[in-house]
Amino acid sequence: MIETKKLVKRFGLKTILRGVDFSVEPGEFVALLGPNGAGKTTFLRILASLSRPSLGSVKVAGYSLPNESAQVRAKLGVVSHMPLLYPDLTAEENLQFYARMYGLMDYQLRITKVLEMVGLEHRRKDLIRTFSRGMQQRLAIGRAVIHDPEVMLFDEPYTGLDQDASEMLDGVLRSVAAEGRTVVMTSHDLARAEDLATRFDILSRGVIAASAKRTDFKNTNLLDFYKKALTD
Amino acid sequence: MKTETNTAEHRPSSIIYRPSFFKATMAIVQKDLAAELRSRELLSAMLVFSMLVILIFNFALELDVKVRQSVTAGVLWTTFAFAGTLGLNRSMAVEKDRGCMDGLLLAPVDRSAIFFGKAISNLAFMLIVEAIVLPLYALLYNETRIFQPSFLGVILLGSIGYIAVGTLLSAMSVQTRTRDVLLPILLFPVAVPVLLASVKASGGLLNGATFAEILAPLNLLIVYDVIFIAVAFMVFDFVVEE
Repeated sequence: MIETKKLVKRFGLKTILRGVDFSVEPGEFVALLGPNGAGKTTFLRILASLSRPSLGSVKVAGYSLPNESAQVRAKLGVVSHMPLLYPDLTAEENLQFYARMYGLMDYQLRITKVLEMVGLEHRRKDLIRTFSRGMQQRLAIGRAVIHDPEVMLFDEPYTGLDQDASEMLDGVLRSVAAEGRTVVMTSHDLARAEDLATRFDILSRGVIAASAKRTDFKNTNLLDFYKKALTD
Repeated sequence: MKTETNTAEHRPSSIIYRPSFFKATMAIVQKDLAAELRSRELLSAMLVFSMLVILIFNFALELDVKVRQSVTAGVLWTTFAFAGTLGLNRSMAVEKDRGCMDGLLLAPVDRSAIFFGKAISNLAFMLIVEAIVLPLYALLYNETRIFQPSFLGVILLGSIGYIAVGTLLSAMSVQTRTRDVLLPILLFPVAVPVLLASVKASGGLLNGATFAEILAPLNLLIVYDVIFIAVAFMVFDFVVEE
């Protein structure tokens, strides 16, 4: 579903990604972990077609980037730590806008379904600027799934959320993944990543330093695996 | 609780949703107008600024009727240009500050539709300001000739050119920390031809020039509009991409 080969990204003289080989099978939930500055956000932005790779090949949902970026974007939902929502529009108006941008035809039913999924049906007529950070982030997930994408990219979705909001977001993320979508999530919250993901990749110094499936953790846990990957 | 994603349940969506260029453009225009109707942040800033400029010129200029008539085109275009810059900055900042520009760029649509959507809404805001400023100007300066259709046509042509290049440059400047300062620095030199042609054409019309006499600045305005709309159509994708 996602495949990158020898992916390099440079900003001027600085090399952020140094030949990343990465692949995700359909339906997998991959947690992409790593220290600050490892290149996680840059990597996700390339997968989302928001940034061009300097070298290497990228394929998402069977389409190549950057040449077939419009096809990729049609199959992709992206959630970052920013909600990508308009504060002066209501929840419903925001979803209507994105539904139109994705070319959905009869979107009213879909909007209701999405609002129910993220638990914001009762706030559909309220302006986004009156929403808490947690509610905005839940609606951001609703925005990202409005066109029923096959692949979801989450970039630090828990940033700025309190414990209750994080737990609610867990539920939404689970329901998004349970519908069979392929998910890649970056996070610094190892406990949550361990709880949600089926595979863990460590991005360090611009390369995938280690990769393990959840079933590989028998006598160890994610924290030990993470520490070992960074020290090796 | 552990999440078990089941690959057997995976249902690849065979439908690729792609909005038409026109529908995506209109979605952005309607979104901008609806948001502005509610917040009135952009329009109120542009209007207050425009009215202040008109008032300051009203007090600063001689009371002599001839002097006032001779500066009408200059005063109006100075007001529109500076007020337009305020609007252009704000319109793109709204997209950038909350990451909404990424939301637009993630839509499976030709990215020039984003340019046209933003440009049309910016033009609408500028025309609304002009529609309020012109009667105010007529009242303060006792100048009713500014309502002749040909003069309004020149205002429209000048505004289109200014907004076309302004929207493109604001998409560039908004990505920098000094966007408020950078936009006028980038925009005014590039917009000199459209501003000069607009002042010449509108000044000529107010002074009773024949159509043949204002044909040169009019042609320049039309050519400028066409060129910058075409340039923006071609380069907007590169401007917004990392």
